Amino acid sequence: MLEELNKTREKFSFAAFRNMKSIAKREMRSGLGFTSLWIIGFLAFTLIPMIATLFFSFIDLSITDGIFSTPKFVGFDNYAQLWKDPQAGVNPQFWFGSETPSSLIITIRFALIALPVGIFAPLLLALLMNNKHLKGQFIFRTLFYLPFIVPFIASVFLWGGMLNTETGWINRFLEFAGVPNENLPGWANDVNWVYPTYVIMGIWGIGNAMLIMLAGLQGVPTELYDAAKVDGANTWSTFWNITFPMISPVIFYNLVLNIVGLFQYFLVPLVVNNGTGRPGGATLFYNLYLYKTFFTFQNMSYGSTLAWFLFIVILIVTIALFGTAKYWVYYAGEVRS
Amino acid sequence: MKFNLKNGINSLFVTLLAVALVSIFLSPFAFMVLTSLKTREQISVVGAPIWPAAQPKFELEGKEVDVFVVPISQCDGFDANSTDTRNLAIAKKGRQESTFIDPNDLGRGEFVCRVSWRALDRPWTLSPTWQNYVEVWNTIPNGYWRLLGNTLFYAISTMIGTVISCILVGYGFARFRFPGRDFLFLILISTLFLPGAVTLIPTYSFWQRLGLVGTWWPLVVPHFFANAYNVFLFRQYFMTLPRELDESAMIDGAGPLRILWSILIPQSYPVIIAVVVFHIVFAWNDYFGPLIYLSTSRENWPISVALSSFNGIYGQQPQLIQAGAFLAIILPMILFFVAQRFFIQGIVVTGVDK
Repeated sequence: MLEELNKTREKFSFAAFRNMKSIAKREMRSGLGFTSLWIIGFLAFTLIPMIATLFFSFIDLSITDGIFSTPKFVGFDNYAQLWKDPQAGVNPQFWFGSETPSSLIITIRFALIALPVGIFAPLLLALLMNNKHLKGQFIFRTLFYLPFIVPFIASVFLWGGMLNTETGWINRFLEFAGVPNENLPGWANDVNWVYPTYVIMGIWGIGNAMLIMLAGLQGVPTELYDAAKVDGANTWSTFWNITFPMISPVIFYNLVLNIVGLFQYFLVPLVVNNGTGRPGGATLFYNLYLYKTFFTFQNMSYGSTLAWFLFIVILIVTIALFGTAKYWVYYAGEVRS
Repeated sequence: MKFNLKNGINSLFVTLLAVALVSIFLSPFAFMVLTSLKTREQISVVGAPIWPAAQPKFELEGKEVDVFVVPISQCDGFDANSTDTRNLAIAKKGRQESTFIDPNDLGRGEFVCRVSWRALDRPWTLSPTWQNYVEVWNTIPNGYWRLLGNTLFYAISTMIGTVISCILVGYGFARFRFPGRDFLFLILISTLFLPGAVTLIPTYSFWQRLGLVGTWWPLVVPHFFANAYNVFLFRQYFMTLPRELDESAMIDGAGPLRILWSILIPQSYPVIIAVVVFHIVFAWNDYFGPLIYLSTSRENWPISVALSSFNGIYGQQPQLIQAGAFLAIILPMILFFVAQRFFIQGIVVTGVDK
C-alpha cells in the first residue's frame, strides 16, 4: 500500500516529469491539450457553477442583486427554511396527512408509477422486436422509434389533443366502448388521471431505450440459448438465467438515467398544466418548485438551496444504485467469486 | 427450411400483435393530420366524424338549403317498405311533413316526405380544408421562415461546436496516456448523471450579468466545450480503430492533429454522422434552453418556443394547434426518414458499451 502510494507520488512529481522520456512528455502534452477543451468547459459550466450554487445557499441573494454584490452570510438559514417549508416537503412531518402533497412526495409518487413503465415498456417492446417469429422487424423498430424525434412541445400538443376530454380520440373511443359519460377520465385536469396522462406522454418517447435494449438482446451469444435448449430449459428460465443477466448492464444504465431524470421531472407539468400545480396541487413537482422559486419569485438563495438538496439526494440514490450493481449486474468477462 | 404450420401461425400472431401496437402507438400522428384538416364548425359539433368532413348545402333557387338523411319509405312516390335512406335537400320545412328535392335526381322535382325535419341527421361528406395551415402560417410569431432560420442557426452552429470539440476531446482520451486521465474520464462520465438544476442559477445569473440573456450566446457557447455523451461515443469508436496506421504515420513525421485529420476521421464517418443527426434533432427539439434565455426576445425565438405560445392563443381551437404541431414536426420527420439508417446505427454504437 505504502509502496504504491510512493510510486504514485513519484509519478506525479516534477522530477518525474523532467525524467520522463520525451515521447511520454509529448504524449502527456497532447493528451492534456486535446482534453483541455472539455476541462475548461467542465470548470466553467459545471464545477464553478456548482460551487457557486453551494455558496449562494449560504447567503441572502435575490436575482436583482446580481452575483457580484457583497454577500450577506446567513449561515444555515436557507436550510432551516427548507426544513420548515411544507411545499418542499423535506421534513418527514409533511410527508403524510397534509391536504396538498409536498413537492418531494409528488416527485416520488410519480416516479413510483413512471419508473416501472420506463423500464418494462421498452424491454417488452425490445423482446417483441427480437422475437424470431416477427416479420419486418426493421420496419417496426423504425416506426416505434419515430415518436422519439418529435419535438417535445409538438408531442405535448398531440397528446393534449388525443386526451382532450371532449374532442380527443381516447375518450371518444372509451365512449364508443360503452364507458358511461360520468366515468370518462378527465386526464390532465383530473387529480386521479394526471399522472397516467404524463406516463402516456412519456411512453411515446421510449423508442431510444427500446433500441438500446434491442442492441443488448442481439448481443447475447446464441451458443448460450443453444446450450439452454440442450439442457431443456423453458422460456421463463432461459430469460431469467441467460437473457436478463446478459442485458443487465443495459437495464442498469436505463434504470440510473430514468431515476435521475424522474427526480428532475418538471418540463411536462410546466407545459401541460402551465406550471400551476393544477389539478389540486398534484403537479407541483420538486424541480418545478425550484424553477418557480428562481424564475418566478426570483429568490436565488432559496433556489440554490433547493438545487443543492436535490443534487445530494440524486448523488446518494445514484451511489446506492451503483452499490447494488454488484449483486445483479453482470459484466461479461468478469470473474465471480 | 421446410414450411412449418406452427411457425407460420406464430409469425402471424406475433406480427399482428406488432401491427396492432404500432397502430395505437402512431395514432396521434393520424389524429394530428386529420384534426388539422377540419373546420372549426366540425370540431364544435358533438358526434361529428373523426375524419375531416362538412355537412353539404344545396343551392336551390339562389338560396343555400340544408341537406338531410331521409328514410325514403316516408316519401311520396317511393316504395313504402324500403329501408334505404337518401341525402335530400329541404325545399320547404314543415312540422309534420316537409318538401324535399333530390340533388342527384333533379328531374323528379319536389316531393313531400312525412318526417319531422328536426329529428333528421345531416350527412357528412369528406371535405378537408387547408385553411388552418394558412391561418397558422399567417399568425405564427415572426413568420415560419424566420423561425426556421432561427432554429436552423441554433442547430447548425451548436452541431459544428459539438462535433469539433467532442472529436478533439475523444481523441485525447482515446489515444494519449497522461497522469489523471482515467480520473478525468470518470468525472466526465459522472456528469451524465448530474442534475442540471445544480448549475442553472449561477450560470443564468452569469449570462444575465453579461447582458447576454435574450441572445443566442448562452445557448451556443457551451456546445463548443464538448459533452460527456458524445465524447464517450467518439472515444469508444476511436479505441476500436487499429493503432498501427497512427504509428506508421507518426514515423513518417505526422503530428497528432495530422493523424486525427487524415487517419482517424476518414474511418469515423458512421459515428460522426450519427452525432450530427442526433444533435440536430436535439437542437430542433430543445425547449428549456431557448425558453429561459430567449423568451423575452421574440425575434430570436426558435420554433419550439413559438409553438408553445400557441397554447395560450389557440387553447380552444385544436385544429389550429394540430396544424402548428405539423409544421414543427415535418422537418425532423423528413430528416429521420432520409437518415434513419444512421439513427438506428448510432444507437447501436452508443448502446453497446453501456
